[in-house]
Amino acid sequence: MGFYVLRRILSTIPVMAVVALFVFSLLYIAPGDPAAIIAGDQATPADIERIRQSLGLERPFLVQFGDWAWRILHGDLGTSIFTNLPVTNLIAQRIEPTLSLMLVTLILSIGVAVPLGVAAAWKAGSLVDRLVMAFAVFGFSVPVFVIAYLLAYVFALELDWLPVQGYTPIGRGFWPWLQNLILPAIALGAVYVALIARMTRATMLEVLQQDYIKTARAKGIGQSGILFVHALKNAAVPIVTVIGLGIAALIGGAVVTESVFVIPGLGRLTVDSILRRDYPVIQGLVLLFSFAYVLVNLLIDLLYTLLDPRIRY
Amino acid sequence: MDRRKLLKGMASTAALPAISRFPSPALAQGGDARTLRFVPQTNLANFDPIWGTQYVVRNAAALVWDTLYGVDENLAPQRQMVESETVSEDGLTWTFTLRPGLKFHDGEPVLAKDAAASMARWSARDPMGIMLKGIQEELVAIDDRSFKWVLKRPFPKMLFALAKNNAPCSFVMPERIAKTDPFKQITEYIGSGPMRFMKDEWVPGARAVFAKNTDYVPRNEPASWLAGGKRILVDRIEWIVMPDPATASAALQNGEVDWWENPISDLVPLLRKNASIKVDIADPLGNIGSFRMNHLFPPFNNVKARRAILMALSQEDYMRSLVGSDDKLWRPIPGYFTPGTPLYNEEGGEILKGKRDLDGAKRLLAEAGYKGEPITCIVAQDQPITKAQGDVTADLLKQLGMNVDFIATDWGTTGTRRAMKNPPGQGGWSMFHTWHAGADCINPAAYTAIRCNGDNAWFGWPNSPEVESDITAWFDAKSLDEEKAAMRKLNKDALDFVVYAPTGFFLTYQAWRKNVDGVVKGPLPFAWNVSKTA
Repeated sequence: MGFYVLRRILSTIPVMAVVALFVFSLLYIAPGDPAAIIAGDQATPADIERIRQSLGLERPFLVQFGDWAWRILHGDLGTSIFTNLPVTNLIAQRIEPTLSLMLVTLILSIGVAVPLGVAAAWKAGSLVDRLVMAFAVFGFSVPVFVIAYLLAYVFALELDWLPVQGYTPIGRGFWPWLQNLILPAIALGAVYVALIARMTRATMLEVLQQDYIKTARAKGIGQSGILFVHALKNAAVPIVTVIGLGIAALIGGAVVTESVFVIPGLGRLTVDSILRRDYPVIQGLVLLFSFAYVLVNLLIDLLYTLLDPRIRY
Repeated sequence: MDRRKLLKGMASTAALPAISRFPSPALAQGGDARTLRFVPQTNLANFDPIWGTQYVVRNAAALVWDTLYGVDENLAPQRQMVESETVSEDGLTWTFTLRPGLKFHDGEPVLAKDAAASMARWSARDPMGIMLKGIQEELVAIDDRSFKWVLKRPFPKMLFALAKNNAPCSFVMPERIAKTDPFKQITEYIGSGPMRFMKDEWVPGARAVFAKNTDYVPRNEPASWLAGGKRILVDRIEWIVMPDPATASAALQNGEVDWWENPISDLVPLLRKNASIKVDIADPLGNIGSFRMNHLFPPFNNVKARRAILMALSQEDYMRSLVGSDDKLWRPIPGYFTPGTPLYNEEGGEILKGKRDLDGAKRLLAEAGYKGEPITCIVAQDQPITKAQGDVTADLLKQLGMNVDFIATDWGTTGTRRAMKNPPGQGGWSMFHTWHAGADCINPAAYTAIRCNGDNAWFGWPNSPEVESDITAWFDAKSLDEEKAAMRKLNKDALDFVVYAPTGFFLTYQAWRKNVDGVVKGPLPFAWNVSKTA
C-alpha cells in the first residue's frame, strides 16, 4: 500500500511536466499580449515593445520555458506580470475562499444527494422517485448563474437573511464564514447534487436487486439497516468515483460562482489572469489545479480500499 | 437572455411579495460610518500610476499621491503641492516652489528633488511629458523646496500638463521610488496624498484598502476635482471589485456597499426605484465612441472610403445600442472634441449631420475603388461598449454592400492585433472599435487618438501634416482666442481627413446610498469631502 501511494505520487511528476509544457506552449501561441494591456489604450507601439522587453516576452520560446521550468524546480512560480506580486502569494491569498467554498459545497451536496438518491431507489417509480429525478434534471439543466441570482434575490434582497456577496475568513468566526458561503454552495452544488443523486439511485437500484439484500430482508433486518448498512456501503464505490470526478466540475463551476458572489477565490483569479494574459499566474494556477486533480484521484483510489475490502493495491 | 436581463427581470417583477413579509434578521447589513465601501469600475491589478496608465490605477493613485497642480471643474490648472511658480520672460525657465510642511506617508518631508525625479519619470510616459522631455534642457532641484525646469523652447501648456487628469498624472513620489525605470513597476507605495495604500490588505482582483493619512495637510481652498482642499472624512475606503454588475446592484441595494462607480444603464431604473439610493451622472465629460480605420491598406487608405463611412453612419444608432432609450445619456457630436468644454466646436461637421446618405456613400466607395475586398472588423466581445458598436458597424457595412469579415474576440486580443501593420487578410485589420474618455478629448494635449503623425500615430497610423500642424498651433497658442481658432481648424481638417469615425458622445451613471454625502460629478470618483452616516 505504501509503495503504491509512493508510486502514484511519483507518477504525478511526469504528468505535471507534460501539463506544464502544454500550458506554456498554449499560452505562447495564444493571441493577446500582456504588454499591450499594461501599456494602456493610449500607448504607442514603441511603448508596448519596451514593456515587452522589460517583461522578457521577446525572448525565444525555449529560453522562456527553460527559465520558467528552472524556477518551478526551485519552488518559485514566478511573479505576476501585472501585480508584481509573487504568484505563490496570489494563490495563498485566494486558496482559503476556494477551499472553503468547495468544502461547504461538498458537504452540502453529499448530505443532500445521497439520502435523496437512496430514497428515490427505495421508492423507485413512486412520486418521491419522480420528484427526486425532476430535481436532478433541474439541477443539471439550470445554469449556475441563474440559480445564483434566484438565491441572491430571495435570500439576500427580499428576505435579507444572508449577504449578497463577499467572503469572511474562518478566522473571524464560524458563522460569519458560513453565512457568506451558504448561497454560493447551494448554487454551485445544485448540479453536483443532481449528479450524485442520480448515481446513488442507479447504483442502489442495482444493489437492491442482489441476493444478499433478499437474504437480509429474510433475516428480518429493518429497512433502514438494509438501505444504509448493507446496500449503500456496497453502492459506495461508484458514488465515490462520481464525487471525485465531480470535483473537477466544481473547480470549473467555482469560476462563475465566485464571480457572481464576489468571492476572492482561485476561480476569479484564473479568469482575471486569462483575460489579462498574466502568464505566470495562469501557469501557476493550471499546475495547482492539475496537482489537485491528481491528488483527488489518488485519495479516491485509496478510499476504495476502505469501502471495499476486496480492493487491494 | 443574459444574466443582467435575468436579474433585472426578476427584480422588477416583485414576484415574491409574500416571502418578504418574513421577519428579517438583517444579517447582510454591515459596515460602519467610518468606512466607505466603494465598487470601482474594474480591478486594481497593479498600482504604479506611471507604469500602468489604466483609469482605475489613476483613480486609486489620486487618493495616495498628490500632484503639483490639479485641474478644477472649470478645467483650469490650480496649484496643489506647489506654492508658487515663476516663468522667465523668454518662457524657457520655469521655477516651482513647493508648499511648506508637505510629508510623504513614511514621515519624510517632500523635497524638490523628489518632485524633480517624479516629473522625470512621468515625462517618460505621458504624451505631454514626452513633448516636454523633447525640449528639455534641464530639470533639477535648486534647494529643498524649489526646482527648475529649463526648456529649449517655450511650452505655454506647462501648467495644464502638470495639472491634467488624464493618465498618467504627474504624481509626486519619493526620489528613490521615482528613479525606478518608468517601464518597470515600483514596489513601494509611499504616497504624498490624503490616503495611505494598505498594501498588506490588497488582494488584486478583489479588494484594495486605503486609510486616512492623518499627516496630510489639505489646501485651504474648497475642493474642486483635483484641486483645492482634499479633506478625507472617513477613516477607510475599501474598494470591492465586483465583476458582475447584477451583484454590485444587489449589494448596493442591500447596503453591503455604499458607492458604485459605474452602474450599467439597464440596471439604473431598478436602482432609481430604491428609496435609499441616489443615481446621477458620473463624469460630465463623458466618453466619445469611436471606430478606427486602418489608413495603411485599401479601402480605408483612400480618404473617399473613409468619408463614405462618415456619410452613412448614424450616431444615434450607435448611441442607442450603448445607452438604450435614456436620451439624457447621449448626444451626437459632429467632431472630435468633448461637448460642453471651452474648445468644443463643430467646424466641418456637416458630414455627420442630417439624414444619412447611404446612396452617396456607396457612390463614394465605388469612386474609392472598393471592389468587395473583405473588411476585417475587430470587435472585442468582452467590453459592452465595443461589442455594441461592432454590431452596429457590421450592419452599416453590410448596408453599404461591403464584405464584412467580423472578428469576434476579446479586448486582450484586440490590443495585440490592432498593433499589427500586416495587411488585413494576413493578421492585420481594417477597423476596430474603442472609446475615448471625454477628459482626454477636451483639447489635443493628451488626445493620442487625434494625432496624425503616420508611423508614430495611434493604431490606424493616419498621416496628415495639416492636422499635425493644427495640433502644434494649439500647443503654441497664447490666448483662449488663439486656442479656439486652432481648434476650429483642427476639427475641420481632422474631419476632412477622417482621422477616425466618432460614433457619438455618451455619459454614464454612478450610484450611491443616501447616507453618503459629498459625491460629485467628475472625470474620476473624488473621495475627498465624501462623508457617510451610519
